[in-house]
Amino acid sequence: MGQTLFEKIWARHVVQELPNGTTLLYIDRHLVHEVTSPQAFEGLRLAGRRVRRPELTIATMDHNVPTDDRTVIRDPISKAQIDALSKNCAEFEIRLYDLTSDHQGIVHIIGPELGLTLPGTTIVCGDSHTSTHGAFGTLAFGIGTSEVEHVLATQCLTQKKPKTFQVEFTGRPGPGVTAKDLILKLIGMIGTGGGTGFCLEYTGEAVRQLSMEARMTMCNMSIEAGARAGMIAPDETTFQYIGAAPRPFAPTGAAFDQAVARWRTLPSDPDATFDRTLTLNATQIAPQVTWGTNPGMVVDVTGRVPAPDQVPGASRRDVEQALAYMGLTPGTPMTEVKVDTVFIGSCTNARIEDLRASAKILKGRKKAPTVRVLVVPGSQQVRAQAEAEGLHTIFQAAGCEWRQSGCSMCLGMNPDQLKPGERCASTSNRNFEGRQGKGGRTHLVSPEMAAAAAIAGHFVDIRSWS
Amino acid sequence: MTPFKTHRGIVATLDRANVDTDQIIPKQFLKSIARTGFGESLFYDWRYRPDRAANPDFELNAPRFRGASILVTRKNFGCGSSREHAVWAIQQYGVKAVIAPSFADIFRNNSMKNGLLTIELQEAEVEEIFQMVGRYSGLEATADLDEQRVTLHLPEEISFHFTIDPGVKEHLVHGLDAIGLTLKHETAITTFEARHDPQWVAGRH
Repeated sequence: MGQTLFEKIWARHVVQELPNGTTLLYIDRHLVHEVTSPQAFEGLRLAGRRVRRPELTIATMDHNVPTDDRTVIRDPISKAQIDALSKNCAEFEIRLYDLTSDHQGIVHIIGPELGLTLPGTTIVCGDSHTSTHGAFGTLAFGIGTSEVEHVLATQCLTQKKPKTFQVEFTGRPGPGVTAKDLILKLIGMIGTGGGTGFCLEYTGEAVRQLSMEARMTMCNMSIEAGARAGMIAPDETTFQYIGAAPRPFAPTGAAFDQAVARWRTLPSDPDATFDRTLTLNATQIAPQVTWGTNPGMVVDVTGRVPAPDQVPGASRRDVEQALAYMGLTPGTPMTEVKVDTVFIGSCTNARIEDLRASAKILKGRKKAPTVRVLVVPGSQQVRAQAEAEGLHTIFQAAGCEWRQSGCSMCLGMNPDQLKPGERCASTSNRNFEGRQGKGGRTHLVSPEMAAAAAIAGHFVDIRSWS
Repeated sequence: MTPFKTHRGIVATLDRANVDTDQIIPKQFLKSIARTGFGESLFYDWRYRPDRAANPDFELNAPRFRGASILVTRKNFGCGSSREHAVWAIQQYGVKAVIAPSFADIFRNNSMKNGLLTIELQEAEVEEIFQMVGRYSGLEATADLDEQRVTLHLPEEISFHFTIDPGVKEHLVHGLDAIGLTLKHETAITTFEARHDPQWVAGRH
């Protein structure tokens, strides 16, 4: 019987099957950031352990970093955490892209940029959005701090093999419908626990025609459906992305050709079977907007805020709590919901194509006077590219703040936060209570939809935008 | 890690589905580089009013749940961020076991690594526990990992059997050091590396 993409990668990384039904799995790349690693390094020190393969771990600082003036970190606790990462990387000889580096950025954005993310490999990071790297046909998943320490010490993880789940998007999405909308639609259908225990594989015409960056957006949010990993088979789009730009960690020349030949063997075999399959017709999917307090609470932009008894799979109490937190009245058309803030950024949507898409909408326009707009590029490389293309002048002319790279308002660990009651159109991945700041109200949308909301001051159907 | 065999304690209920780790321990507490000191901040935004007084509307602040060490909640508990601080906060608050119809994968993994027992029961069984906790103030339960059983200490005891992955059970019962165990496979890892490392993956420093 044929194997799926996931099964092929898994099989190639089995160090040993263990008697209790788990597998000792080899990890090719380990990405580290300042928030989930200090206790892991401390654990190594306390146990007198070393890092087994320091050259396979790469670190950057992203969660805590200021995005205005990054030469001064005013919060002493943030600074201590950032300093701890520098100290730990120096002590354990791990390469670090720090705030002075022109490769610094959100860990899931710099991985692909640097060529660290390659098909057929395993990648982990102490961050749930590690699923992003699955866009390359990579088995990539988030881990906790104990597992960070485990990988540092052993370059392996003890894992139970997940089940496989194929999500096929047939047809081509209409204009204005992005990868963000496809994945939000899926999460709305299967819920935030619908992918628990599974590794997702996205297939179908709608996925094949996506750019690498759009595929990253899609895989990024696999965790919002509960799946630790989501992946897309590598193809010409993938090889082109890896080979076209200078990527210091990617193979070149003959090694690249050799690698591509091997990567071509990765896609799921035609006779491979999945534990679960689901098909969505992409031609029928509309731009999405979340209305509630988890990414599964989502509707078409043409829809309305639901009533407590209108949400399948959610209890009345949960919906009532979400509506109360969000300050929304059932029956309100989503396009009448006004926003105070727009955040364009995060590991979901802060790559160059995302900024181009937002800039295209904002070009020659002004944001609504009452709306604050933050544009936070995902990395210093993205920032430099955007500036080379003049995108920053478009944003600034429209009244947006053009920032340095980092996680920023996606989770508000740095000073970029919503105030209580503020409503935000955000290109990020989580609309949890308080995620962007205590009492803040988050609506997840695509970069195009966020930009349009910035101008109109409320959500608009990007398909009818002119 | 402390082995988990059996635990008896007061049961507290949290009637919410999809409780995410951002709620369990909000971002501002993730800046710590220590592994302790998180218990005070568990469910911070729900638990405290803006003046930092206890929020009387939050379920876990109810006097009858004081000293509770078994938390019962709804499906998909611990979803979202991979922050292990969520598990540390729950444990440092005093909780030894969490019962729910389902848990998020990363949270469940993190729990195991720290010796926090996560027990999956059927939705109807969880509902029954909610009912009983509502009816009997200060209700205690025993979570017995050896026997894979939760017992409610009512005038007439009710028990629920639960299934658990054998690897997870072994890990918890013996309080194993996962890294130490893996390091015993050092030879297998070295052998694997010798045949695995393709040129295009090895670090190029």
